[in-house]
This record gives sequence, C-alpha cells and structure tokens, in this order.
Amino acid sequence: MADVNRGNRPLSPFMIGPYYRPQWTSMSSILVRITAIAALLAAILVVAWLLAAATSAEAFATVDGLLRSFLGDLILFGAAWAIFYHMLGRLRHVIWDFGYGLEVKTSERMAQGMVILATVLALFVALAF
Amino acid sequence: MQRYLTDRKRARGLGAARRGTHHHWQMMITSMLLVILVPAFAITFALGLGGSYEEVLAYYGRPLPALITLLTLVVVIFHLMQETIVAVEDYVHGIAGKLTIVAVTAASYTLMAAGIFAVAKLAL
Repeated sequence: MADVNRGNRPLSPFMIGPYYRPQWTSMSSILVRITAIAALLAAILVVAWLLAAATSAEAFATVDGLLRSFLGDLILFGAAWAIFYHMLGRLRHVIWDFGYGLEVKTSERMAQGMVILATVLALFVALAF
Repeated sequence: MQRYLTDRKRARGLGAARRGTHHHWQMMITSMLLVILVPAFAITFALGLGGSYEEVLAYYGRPLPALITLLTLVVVIFHLMQETIVAVEDYVHGIAGKLTIVAVTAASYTLMAAGIFAVAKLAL
C-alpha cells in the first residue's frame, strides 16, 4: 500500500474560513447537501397534511390551516426553493458524470444558474397555482 | 519519530471497496428521476393545497395527482434519505454515526409508509 502523504495535500472545503476562500463551486455544492436535508424535513409537513386529509375533516382543518398560514407559506416556499435547488444541483452532477461542464468557469456559471432557476421555479409554483 | 501505520489504519474512513460505484450509479438514476418528479409534484401539491376538505379528497381520488404523489413519496424520499445518510457518514463517526444512520433510515421509511397509506386511503 502506498505511503500516506502527511503534508502538502490540497485543502478541503471543510476548512472554509481562514484557510479556504468560499467560492461558487464549493458553496453551491455544500448547499446541494443542505437543501437535501431541508427537503427531507419538509417532507414531514407534506406527509402530515396528507395523513390529516386521510384521517378526518377536523384533523385536515388543523394541519391545512397551519400550512396555509403566513409561516406555513414561508416554510413551503423555502421547501420549494430547497427541492428545486437540490434537483438542479443533482442535474449538474449528472451533467458532470457524463463528462460535460467540468471546467471551473462552466461549473461556476451552472452554480449561479441553479440559484436563479431555483428562485424562478419556486416563485412560479408559489404564484401560478 | 517514524509513525507506524497499519494497512487497516490507512484504509479507514476512505470508504468501502466495490459498493461505491453501485451507490453512485443509484444516486445518478434517482437524480435524473428528480428532474421529472420534483416539478410534477410541486405543481400537483400546489394545485391540491388551497382546496376545501371535500375538494382535496376528490383531487387525490384522481389517478394523476395520486400517482405523482406516490412516486414522489417513494423515489424522492429514498433519494433524500441517501443524501442525508452520506452527510451523516461524512460528519458523524463511530457508534453515534451508525445510530444516526439507523434513525434517518427508520424515519425516512416511516415517512414513506405514512404518505403511501394516506394517499391510498384518499384515492380508494
């Protein structure tokens, strides 16, 4: 087995702060993971709403009222942004995996596109339906 | 002083051999499915939310909203569970990490089952 290189190794984005400058590439990648966890938590609300509808009119009124309150709207919009961003970030992974868009400049452009498109899609779903 | 490293210690934390490629390909498949399912679900859910109790019951009685919701519950929650497990593997180690993975898995499958039950009851 090859010897372990103990020094002179590339810095990891884990060292963000004094050692590692935040960039579009590292930040957009970390956000893909954060949005996945956020979306999984938001799925609890969606399932609670479905379960309430399947239970009774009273249960539905409670959960539906919660989701349609101002705070509920805010959380659902955040959840929509998160899942759309995650979807786009994962699409970028697929594009990379097929061998395209691996240049730093292209990756950065895609990161910016992910933020913009996620916002557009979340606004579209929130306002149009 | 020369530090002594066993082969095992060098390999620890670098991931299991063989299974990684399968996991990676599974994530690529669900990632591609997200591109269809996420917009479909977002629109379906947005259309369903806002209706009265009776309207919501009728809405999920239709095949398309019910099917899109069921597929989302299975595929998207599975994908998000895998994402969360990988995050746990990276940041939580030892017994705590293992137990967190068990908890995330249990919670995700419970969420999936509860959602499927609810949609089935609404649809049938």
